[in-house]
Amino acid sequence: MAVMQERVAQGRTDVPLDLEAGFEALLAADERIEPRDWMPEAYRATLIRQIAQHAHSEIIGMQPEGNWLTRAPSLRRKAILLAKVQDEAGHGLYLYSAAETLGVTREELLDALHNGRQRYSSIFNYPTLTWADVGAIGWLVDGAAIVNQIPLTRCSYGPYARAMVRICKEESFHQRQGYESLYTLAHGTPEQHAMAQDAVDRWWWPSLMMFGPPDSASAHTARSTHWKIKRHGNDELRQRFVDLTVPQAEVLGLTLPDPRLAWNAETGHYDCGPIDWSEFEAVLAGNGPCNRQRIARRVSAHEDGAWVRAAAAAYAEKHGHRGEDGREIE
Amino acid sequence: MSAADPTPAASGAARTSAAPAGTVWEVFVRPRRGLSHQHVGSVHAADAQLALRRARDLYTRRGEGVSIWVVPGGAISATSPDEKDPYFAPAADKTYRHPTFYQLPEGVKNL
Repeated sequence: MAVMQERVAQGRTDVPLDLEAGFEALLAADERIEPRDWMPEAYRATLIRQIAQHAHSEIIGMQPEGNWLTRAPSLRRKAILLAKVQDEAGHGLYLYSAAETLGVTREELLDALHNGRQRYSSIFNYPTLTWADVGAIGWLVDGAAIVNQIPLTRCSYGPYARAMVRICKEESFHQRQGYESLYTLAHGTPEQHAMAQDAVDRWWWPSLMMFGPPDSASAHTARSTHWKIKRHGNDELRQRFVDLTVPQAEVLGLTLPDPRLAWNAETGHYDCGPIDWSEFEAVLAGNGPCNRQRIARRVSAHEDGAWVRAAAAAYAEKHGHRGEDGREIE
Repeated sequence: MSAADPTPAASGAARTSAAPAGTVWEVFVRPRRGLSHQHVGSVHAADAQLALRRARDLYTRRGEGVSIWVVPGGAISATSPDEKDPYFAPAADKTYRHPTFYQLPEGVKNL
């Protein structure tokens, strides 16, 4: 009955009820929805929006760390950072590939990123001022991403869930390399320690904002939860991240910039001070420290790469597609 | 369906058109000898050689495979999920194809 009411409310009485019922039955059985299955248009649109935003975040996320590639303090750190930034590109591609199964093209998605119709995570609008920021991003930003992403490996849409399995496997290297780098700085000279502390001070609050607004203010939570795209509330995941991270900070010998952060024996969790959501709103509205710079860089990289795409197309035109005549490739 | 206008059937996009930057290639990786190739995702490339290279860079950065296949999405034919039940129905009503269909006498072993 609820399904019927929703259909009427959305003006979708054109869809045969058995298709809708079949979709709901798959969700109820905790089965995955696969690309060629019938799905409500709103489910498709929600997934496209979410997967695209996730993909855009991965490739925009290459910029803050890419900023330090040529200035990494040792060959070891440089090789690690290169591998990490390459992973971010890879994660973007897994996700674009998953989004394409929903019937959008790569070009449409990139256009939407470039002209601001689709967003990326607001965390990447903060600058990387010192080398220690690379460590803080690995530890805190990738740490928060892992907490956010692990439940997505059980998301109802098959290609998205499978991409997330692959991504989560790779993220743990990202977090560890950041932690190791910060630990080294925190136990180095007083200047290095101060640099590590400064980076943590700047990245802590934006990392907490990565989980999104409080559930009470989150626009899509209820529907995404019903569709099993979302399995936990924003506040629950944020709390999980805080509980995991506070003891790690103690081992680092660094403090977190929240005077109200304290263990609450009654709840079994850490209590935090209030988050300044006006900052989050400002960054989301395009007024973070690096919003314009990030998009300008992305657009110029895309435009500068036009000749490569043209050359590849011309080459293919000239030589034809190999491997299509049914012969074995292996 | 020509490869220039692919429907990546393994990924299943029903509405994807050809990308100017190249065809969508579905990627299959053999994790190690003795196992069959498994679908892992897709890449965009202008030709098979480039598709293989991109698939290597994207899907096997940590030794996830010993062999890769790439297939133009349009070259894959797939059953339709809408007709799943009638299409696979012949398998469902022949329970005597399963060993559990048969009653064994008490005490018989290794059968």
